[in-house]
Amino acid sequence: MAAREVLNDQLLTGNQTYQSLDNTIGSMVLDGRRHKKNWYVMLGIAFLLLNGFLLSVGWLLYQGVGVWGNNVPTAWAFDIINFVWWIGIGHAGTLISAILLLVRQHWRNSINRFAEAMTLFAVLCAAQYPLLHTGRPWVAAYWLLPYPNIMGIWPQFRSPLIWDVFAVTTYALVSILFWFVGLIPDLATLRDKATHRAAKVTFGFLSLGWRGSMKHWHRYEQAYLLLAGISTPLVLSVHTIVSYDFAMSIVPGWNVTVFPPYFVAGAVFAGFAMVLLLALPVRAWYGLRDMITMRHIDWMCKIMLATGLIVFYGYILEVFYGYYSASPAELSLIDWRFNGPYAWAYWALIACNGIIPQVLWWNKARQHLPTVFIVALVISVGMWLERFVIIPMSLMRNYLPASDRMYYPTIVDFTMFFGTIGLFFFMMWLFIRFLPVINMFEMKDLLFKQKGHGHGSDEREKEAVH
Amino acid sequence: MLKSRTTLTYGVVAEFDSPDALLEAARKSREAGYKRLEAFTPFPIHGLVDTVGFKDEKVPWIVFLGGVTGASLGYLLQYYTSVIDYPLNVGGKSLNSTPMFFPVMYECTILFAAFGAFLGMLALNKLPQPYHGAFNTPNFERASQDKFFLAIEADDALFDEVETQKFMETTGADNVSLVKESPGAEE
Repeated sequence: MAAREVLNDQLLTGNQTYQSLDNTIGSMVLDGRRHKKNWYVMLGIAFLLLNGFLLSVGWLLYQGVGVWGNNVPTAWAFDIINFVWWIGIGHAGTLISAILLLVRQHWRNSINRFAEAMTLFAVLCAAQYPLLHTGRPWVAAYWLLPYPNIMGIWPQFRSPLIWDVFAVTTYALVSILFWFVGLIPDLATLRDKATHRAAKVTFGFLSLGWRGSMKHWHRYEQAYLLLAGISTPLVLSVHTIVSYDFAMSIVPGWNVTVFPPYFVAGAVFAGFAMVLLLALPVRAWYGLRDMITMRHIDWMCKIMLATGLIVFYGYILEVFYGYYSASPAELSLIDWRFNGPYAWAYWALIACNGIIPQVLWWNKARQHLPTVFIVALVISVGMWLERFVIIPMSLMRNYLPASDRMYYPTIVDFTMFFGTIGLFFFMMWLFIRFLPVINMFEMKDLLFKQKGHGHGSDEREKEAVH
Repeated sequence: MLKSRTTLTYGVVAEFDSPDALLEAARKSREAGYKRLEAFTPFPIHGLVDTVGFKDEKVPWIVFLGGVTGASLGYLLQYYTSVIDYPLNVGGKSLNSTPMFFPVMYECTILFAAFGAFLGMLALNKLPQPYHGAFNTPNFERASQDKFFLAIEADDALFDEVETQKFMETTGADNVSLVKESPGAEE
């Protein structure tokens, strides 16, 4: 791929027609030849990692959670780090599809499908941990969900942990609905374009008989906008509740009121980094440069920069409140972060999330794709380290000297973590093969608006799309 | 039943090249007095429903009712489990600790509202519906790609197989066809 591309002011470039948009996007599903060696190699790597995940899960279920490095006082470690990391990554998808729709940012149209798929698979990966950290996922049902069981007990609704179950379950279900509603018209297009009988039948079944009726579109748009409207407070509430898991406890380093906004900003930060990590290779490999333009990349970089600064502010506040509290436990925790055996993780976090993303202030860096890719990778690592610093590092240093104990992850911790990355990418590559990666009907709508509404070219409409 | 279906007419369907041509034709048909108009387009055309005079705002109410149901059920679930069925004193907090019940109520509100939007939209649109008369229109597979179709349905008071076709031809359509409810119904 060309390392540097010029920034243009159009959201859709090239000489496009409705048919050319359909063909570029639709043929990725209908024509297997669009998928070259890259796709097979990436799917292969993801499949190997996925097998690593399955092996680790098998070993975990056979042996019990002792195969992980968690032990009292550090009862939460990789399982919760990875859970929060994945959920956070998913949030950018909802942000792009819901919040940007509500504020009428048309540039979301070419990345929303992709980002929503990312949300679903990230939530799928995240969900593995709460289930598996119980050690026996098949009996987790009555620990997590309120159902009338033979023991006559119920979950404790005054605990943020049960709020988390409701938040994440709702989030997963609403994300699936939102994604599927967005897909229906595109599935109908694929049904009509498909030549292979199996593809026709499958897409025909999935498109629910969509025929593009004006009356259907009328209700469809209402429903879609309302789904966006209710997803927006949802996405904010989900990470807020995730942060309550920590903020409502009395553990030093966790009991901080800045957690909810700082967690939400961190989620968006990590999520946009992941969108870029996926979008950059995909647009290069599949010739989607006209639809995911440099304008999109530029704006995503700016959002990362802005949310990155919020997160950095959160880090500064954590230190400030630690000193301001004058509580010996908080002070010793800060000393532990700055100078303890895991100080390298803390300083690496500051470098990854606080310092390195600042290169995005420069236009040249935002237009240099390898730089953007590396910064996105660094942010993903940084956000993982953030959770490492918050979760196990706070538990290692507690109120009683008796509970000061080092935590070391085991090999199974790592194989499971990289395994979920495999699961995520495996699902993503299958999605790229079998479903349209860009919302076709919204791109056609964008093209229609860009053409300036036929003869009566309306300046306001034009501004809205540019 | 099946036999009589094959003789039924869905309506007259005209094909257009651009959304603007479709809007223009819809306006003309409306002026000519046709009321049972329907259009099939690859993406939503704003202003079309206004031109045709169609309005349906039931979906937002279904979403609202979904939200209210969710909030109530969420609260009832927590009240029943924490106050009636399994009262447990936690740190001296009252059994009915409403502020602590708020997050779960909130998530239930959103969950039920979202299902309201999804199921309400599908139900009002009568989807899934694998078969529909409009699918018999020639070239109809382009309705989801790059062509714009306008239909005058057979149950319109002014509908006449010959006259309506003639009228449609005057609106600048590329193709006008009489469409049957069933594919085997060629006279």
